[in-house]
Amino acid sequence: MAEAPAKRITDIGPPHFEKFLPPIVKKNYGKWKYHEILKPGVMVHTAESGDKLYTVRAASPRLIAVDTIRMFADLADKYCGGHLRFTSRNNVEFLLTDPSKIDALVADLAKEGFPIGGLGAQISNIVHTQGWVHCHSAATDASGVVKSVMDALMPYFKGEKRLPAKTRVALACCLNMCGAVHCSDIAILGVHTRPPKVKNDVLKKLCEVPTTVAACPTGAIRPANVDGFESVTVEEQLCMYCANCYTVCPAMPLNNPDTDGLSIWVGGKVSNARSEPRFSKLAIPFLPNNPPRWPEVVQAVTNIIEVYAANARNFERIGDWIERIGWPRFFKLTGIQFTRYHIDDFKHAGWTFKRSAHIKFDQD
Amino acid sequence: MAKRETPMIDELRKGPYPSFVNEMYKLQGRKPMVQDLLGQLEDSYEQRIGHWKHGGIVGVMGYGGGVIGRYSDLSDKYPNVAHFHTMRINQPAGWFYTSQALRTLADIWERHGSGLTNMHGSTGDIVFLGTTTAELEPTFAELTAAGFDLGGSGSCMRTPSACVGPARCEWACYDTLKLCYNLTQEFQDELHRPMFPYKFKFKCAGCPNDCVASIARADMSIIGTWKDAIQIDQAEVEKYAKAGLDIEGAVVAKCPSQCISYNGKLTIDDGECVHCMHCLNVMPKALRPGRERGATLLLGSKAPIMEGALLSSVIVPFINIDDPEEYEQFKELVRRIWEFWDENGKNRERVGELIQRIGMPTFLDAVGLDPEPEMISAPRDNPYIFFQPEGEEA
Repeated sequence: MAEAPAKRITDIGPPHFEKFLPPIVKKNYGKWKYHEILKPGVMVHTAESGDKLYTVRAASPRLIAVDTIRMFADLADKYCGGHLRFTSRNNVEFLLTDPSKIDALVADLAKEGFPIGGLGAQISNIVHTQGWVHCHSAATDASGVVKSVMDALMPYFKGEKRLPAKTRVALACCLNMCGAVHCSDIAILGVHTRPPKVKNDVLKKLCEVPTTVAACPTGAIRPANVDGFESVTVEEQLCMYCANCYTVCPAMPLNNPDTDGLSIWVGGKVSNARSEPRFSKLAIPFLPNNPPRWPEVVQAVTNIIEVYAANARNFERIGDWIERIGWPRFFKLTGIQFTRYHIDDFKHAGWTFKRSAHIKFDQD
Repeated sequence: MAKRETPMIDELRKGPYPSFVNEMYKLQGRKPMVQDLLGQLEDSYEQRIGHWKHGGIVGVMGYGGGVIGRYSDLSDKYPNVAHFHTMRINQPAGWFYTSQALRTLADIWERHGSGLTNMHGSTGDIVFLGTTTAELEPTFAELTAAGFDLGGSGSCMRTPSACVGPARCEWACYDTLKLCYNLTQEFQDELHRPMFPYKFKFKCAGCPNDCVASIARADMSIIGTWKDAIQIDQAEVEKYAKAGLDIEGAVVAKCPSQCISYNGKLTIDDGECVHCMHCLNVMPKALRPGRERGATLLLGSKAPIMEGALLSSVIVPFINIDDPEEYEQFKELVRRIWEFWDENGKNRERVGELIQRIGMPTFLDAVGLDPEPEMISAPRDNPYIFFQPEGEEA
């Protein structure tokens, strides 16, 4: 006899967060007084009650196996009364009430290959997307580039090298930007550089022509009969390779091993501290897709970080620093070539033109 | 089948930062799906191109989202990733877990999927990476039995997220976790059954440091702030000075509104403060947000697709957002915004883009908000004004 189907549960939403809060958090909820960073990767929050909560922040590749989740759970049991949390940048944070256990926890994490750091004026984990591991529209891999860049930036994650202010790096593997990298100190963005190759023979079968036409921000896509197929044509000089058409229509692929690559953007931020939040601006329009280690991207990001660390004043985010010294000096100091691609020629481009005679001339 | 050699991605097992390839290796011995994923990824690395097809429509019964269909275009070579769907699971607000909850999630995914996860995805969900269509319903049944539910995907209210808030931060100006949970529960239908022109995201940030990037990544950004005087502990200010902090240089000179002075005692002209957080960030022991706390509401941020990236902009300079009545007023505003967007938004047009297209004044009229100078950085500098004949509404 078939089993009676269990009652189907839906629309319950997530578990209430209170179920997962450590007792010290429940007791001092909303009553924290101040915090201090004790050393790279370790901070303490002090409550009005005098209670102290120690946080140990460890790196994470974001893409983790259930084995690692279980390992984190074991460490939480061993050191934190069974409690932990993750951050908005995919790091894992262990929450301790007994500071004498910190060193042992850090040692256990190190044994598992998870270094601590990423607090304050350091580089935290690189927020990133799925790339070739899981996405159809990726112009590059995500996890591999991030791993390569973070390997190089480890001294800045672990606090072995000093930075003027916190520095947030993000990667999105195409212009869809599920990583929303557009307000990062340094953004790595996968780009296509050639128009879609229309699959005329299958387009009508896979896509709606009007939706495909409407998907183009520049009006480059027109309905057309091609070789007897109801399809579309692309006005190639109007295409800026955003791939929005490919998102709505699989018969418009842009992925191309030889012409896809990565671009680097700088100076964005989301925090309101000192200066207002702002977008990242183009630093390097194109770097080649060069797996498995993407040396050109690693070199470019490391260079910008090093020049920033050597030249910015305390508390200046990358964007604040560039605002003070000016873009011409940024390009000069970093040795990044300024090209026609840096001058905006999309809608409302004039806002980024220099609209004054305020120009610096080198005195050396 | 013999394991395919993967020398390129194996290179990424080396180096000091935790390796996602090592994470895959933890599973590949017992998960054929992960073994094939490693193989396909090696193909991608060799050929410099992805091998995933467009998502198909897959999901669980009665929901329109929460599952992203994914199929390999190399399914003959890597049959175990022919289907490799993603499930988004609504995270607990603030990303707090017990070890028991984590083991429950791990065990469910061990039984039904690849064992690979993202902790967490960009919007905030727990992401279960890689399973087959047949496993979706059984996974969902186990998740809901354990008290978890799916998150959002497609043209719906996406899973709201929140910073750590009052759970572990002295700067939280409202209860981000409570609001996040409340919105998620209130709008379960909007979360699971896409019926909007496009996606809509909420992010709850407790203070203007905005650790959840709400101003860049949420259609509705709720950023905590305060109205009255910053609380100063002069004894702690003195301790900072004695410990060597250059208060004049690091705090006073760097205040964007130049409203701080220091002569052994710190004075703040609070009426001039723009609530940037810099002085509090530098001296957390000496300075605290005021007592009259609430939030600024900003609307409209998004990534570039399709009309260009936007930051959220102010629609309500200050609201109190603590008690049930204040929650209801906020949700009423949200419902008015959704209604207007539903009626006027084009397919795949975010609310920020709709405002760009039809104009902020028209939008404010429609949702019943009065124009206020805090909404702009400057008045218009073009004379192309759409005057309305007296007595007529837009």
